[in-house]
Amino acid sequence: MTDTLIEIRNLHKYFGALEVLKGIDIDVRRGERIAIIGSSGSGKSTLLRCINFMEMPTSGTIALDGVTLGTPRKGSGGTVASAERVYSERELCGVRERVGMVFQQFNLFPHMTALQNVMEGMITVRGRPANEARDRALSELAKVGLSDKVEVYPGKLSGGQQQRVAIARALAMDPEVLLFDEPTSSLDPELVGEVLRVIRALAEEGRTMLLVTHEVGFAYHYADRILFLADGRIHESGTPDEVLKNPREERTRNFLARFTEFGF
Amino acid sequence: MEYTWDFKVVTDNFHILLRGVGLTIELWAIAFALGLVLGLAISLGLLSGRRWLRWPAIGYVEVFRNTPVLIQLIWFYYAFPIVLGHQLTPVTAAILALTLNTSAYCAEIFRAGIESIARGQWEAAKALGMTWRTSLLRIILPQVGKRMLPAFTNRAIELAKVTSLASVLAVHEIMYQGRLLSSTYYRPLEILTVVALVYFVLIYPGSWLSSRLERRLAARD
Repeated sequence: MTDTLIEIRNLHKYFGALEVLKGIDIDVRRGERIAIIGSSGSGKSTLLRCINFMEMPTSGTIALDGVTLGTPRKGSGGTVASAERVYSERELCGVRERVGMVFQQFNLFPHMTALQNVMEGMITVRGRPANEARDRALSELAKVGLSDKVEVYPGKLSGGQQQRVAIARALAMDPEVLLFDEPTSSLDPELVGEVLRVIRALAEEGRTMLLVTHEVGFAYHYADRILFLADGRIHESGTPDEVLKNPREERTRNFLARFTEFGF
Repeated sequence: MEYTWDFKVVTDNFHILLRGVGLTIELWAIAFALGLVLGLAISLGLLSGRRWLRWPAIGYVEVFRNTPVLIQLIWFYYAFPIVLGHQLTPVTAAILALTLNTSAYCAEIFRAGIESIARGQWEAAKALGMTWRTSLLRIILPQVGKRMLPAFTNRAIELAKVTSLASVLAVHEIMYQGRLLSSTYYRPLEILTVVALVYFVLIYPGSWLSSRLERRLAARD
C-alpha cells in the first residue's frame, strides 16, 4: 500500500480540437484533502472527471494505488487529439467502484427512495445481500442526518437533502477517494451549509478527497492543498495559506480578488 | 329508413364469435410481448454510434411505420414464403407481421424515451461502477418505462384493433368469425355491431387500467 494514492502524469484532454487540459501532473497522497479552484473553463471539472474516467484522457497516464490504468494503444500516433491508451470497461468499472463521485446536479435515481439510492451500488455492483446493504445504507443516511427521510423519493427532497443522500450513496461504496464536482454550486445559499458540514465531517475523518469548489472559505479551512487551475494548467499549488493568503501569481490574485471585492 | 333489427342471429351464434376471441388475444399477446423485446433491441441500434448498426435500424423502422399494416400482413403471407422457400400458416404470417410492425413502433418509443433521460443518470450509474448494460437495465429503462407508458399503452390498444386485419389472411379471429357469420346469415348490421361491441369490451378495460396506472405513477413524482 503506497502512500501516493493517485498519480497523474502529463494529462492532456481534448474535446475535438479544443485542448482543455494541457499537461497536468499531480500526486495525491492517501488522506490528503485537495481543493481545486479556478474560473469556468479552466478545466477543473474535466480534471476531476478524468480521475474516475467520466471523461477519457486524450493522453497522459493516471495511476491508482501504484497501478497505471489502461494499456498503450497499438499503432498510436496520428493526430495529437487521438487517445493514446485503451481502457477496458472492466478496468474502468473497477476504478469507478473505488472512486466515489458527488455531482453538482446530485443525479439521484428518481424511481428509487433515498434508501434504495444508497443501497443500489452495494447490491448491483458489489453483490451484497439486500439486508446487509439496507443496514449499511441506513447507517450512512443517519450519518448525513437523514434518518427520517429514508423512504422518501428524491422528488420530494430539498436540494441540500438530495446532495446529502448523494454523498451517502457514494460513501456506501467504501471509496478510497471521494471526488466532489462543485457539490454546492446548484444549491440555494441556505442549503449550502448543511452539505458543507457533511463534507467537513468527512474531511475531519481524514478521507482522501478532491473538491472542485467555489467555496474558497471552506477550502481554506479544510484543505491540505489548494490547486488553482487556469487555462488547463495548474497555475499555482500550495497550502491554503500560501495560495489563498499569499498567492505568488498575479492570475491567482486576480481570481481571488472577486471573493473580497464585495466582502463586508 | 326502415329496418327491422334482428339480434337473434347473433345470440344464436354467439359461441362462434367467441371462438375468435381466443385467437385475437393470442395474436395480440404474442405480437406485443415479442414486439416490445425486439423493439428494445432495435432501439439500441437506433441509439448506437456505429453507422452500420444505426442505418439498418432506421431503415427497418421507417419501412414498417410508413406502409399499411394490411400490406405487411399480405406480404408476409404471400410474398415472404417465396423468399423463404417455405409456406407459412396464416397465423404464423400474421404473428410475424404484427410482431415486426409493433417492434418498429416500440423501437421509436424506447429510443425517444432513452434519449430523454438526463445524461446525469448515466453518469451517476457509471460513477458507482455499473456497466453500461446494468445502468440501462437498473436505472435508465425503469425511468423510460414510466415516462413512455402512455406511448406504450397506445401501441397496445392500436395493436388490439389491428389484429382485425388478420382476417384478410383467413385467420379465425373475431373479425373473420364476424364476417363468416355475416355472409352466412346476411345480417351484417347486427353481427358487425356486436363484433364492434366485443372489441370494445375487450379493449376498454385495458385503456382504463392504463390511465389509472399512469395517474398512480405520476402521483409518486
